[in-house]
Amino acid sequence: MFMDNSSEKPIYVQLAEWMMDAILSGAFPEETQVPSTTEISVTYRINPATALKGINVLVDDAILYKKRGLGMFVSSGAKERILEKRRKEFFDSFISSLIAEAEKLAITKIEIMDMIERGYTE
Amino acid sequence: MNQIEIKGITKVFGETTALKNVTLTIEPNKIYGLLGRNGAGKTTLLNLMTNKIFPTSGEILIDGQNVLENDQALSQIYCIAETNLYPENMKVKSAFDWTKKFYPDFDRGYADMLAHKFGLDTSKKIKSLSAGYNSIFKMIIALSCQVKILLLDEPVLGLDANHRDLFYKELLSNYSAHPKTIIISTHLIEEAADLLEDVIIIKEGEVLLVDQVENLLSKGYTLSGVASLVDEYIKDKNVLAQSSFGGLKTAYLLDESARVNLPQGLEISKLDLQQMFIHLTNV
Repeated sequence: MFMDNSSEKPIYVQLAEWMMDAILSGAFPEETQVPSTTEISVTYRINPATALKGINVLVDDAILYKKRGLGMFVSSGAKERILEKRRKEFFDSFISSLIAEAEKLAITKIEIMDMIERGYTE
Repeated sequence: MNQIEIKGITKVFGETTALKNVTLTIEPNKIYGLLGRNGAGKTTLLNLMTNKIFPTSGEILIDGQNVLENDQALSQIYCIAETNLYPENMKVKSAFDWTKKFYPDFDRGYADMLAHKFGLDTSKKIKSLSAGYNSIFKMIIALSCQVKILLLDEPVLGLDANHRDLFYKELLSNYSAHPKTIIISTHLIEEAADLLEDVIIIKEGEVLLVDQVENLLSKGYTLSGVASLVDEYIKDKNVLAQSSFGGLKTAYLLDESARVNLPQGLEISKLDLQQMFIHLTNV
């Protein structure tokens, strides 16, 4: 189940992220078919328009593509594109929030650096 | 098309005004949630749409045709009611046969398949069904009618969690295969929220708001932190409710303005449809 009802993210965004995780994990290999919007809608009990919106986000990013009459497929090179996208987001989702929390707790920059060093050695 | 236009509908029962000048357009092929507290006027509105009762003033049009005594317009619409309109001694399977006479597109094979999935014994008499199976029986007929407009008034009343889950799934697969306009009136907002595309909230006989669920959710949020900071932040915002707990304050907002420059010490979290509904309709 990809849905987290306490998440601030809209369902369609959660769906797109879940699908990207599944592609990264190899659950949906490149050039294979992914579940249809109807299957997603019924399985996760979400409105089909929401499911379609989530899928369309991935089509716009060239992670999925439509094969006429067949359905949605994972693009070749999708994994690499997802990794690139996630790396760009890494700063916003992890580094910025790390610094914000550190400031709240009065942890200095040097101390953070030390902790990161420690994290790699443990 | 299967658009419903509700124009200036007022319904008075004796001393009580159940609906006050309600104007709404229900767009075709969307799933709507009709939400309101007990006695808000949800069932009255659904009964007016199916011409079971007559408006005191105003009119309801389906694809431009008034529903008043209009068999053609009414043949496109099916309403699950709380009350059972079938003869009590009738067996489930005869009810299926009879429904086919009124709704020629009734899909008997599909009805039998659903009855099997839900474990409804079609040779039983309607009066012997439990509350849950009574709901299941009515819902199977509604889904099998293949009409363009489905009105579901408390469709999951008395259903256990497994059957509710199955119902939501069957409703979605039916909707995907045969797009139609669906209006669901329910008190179980939390579990139905993700099924809905649009929502109508009524309060004391009046329409409080009509919006896309996703749009509405994007406007709502909960803000908590030190009371003075919360007060400062919310002073020019649309606040639904607030509560204090010692020196801490929580505010529930429905506000379109961007959430920028959030002072340190304030935390934002999600306001889901059910919480939003509670704060909007509390007196």
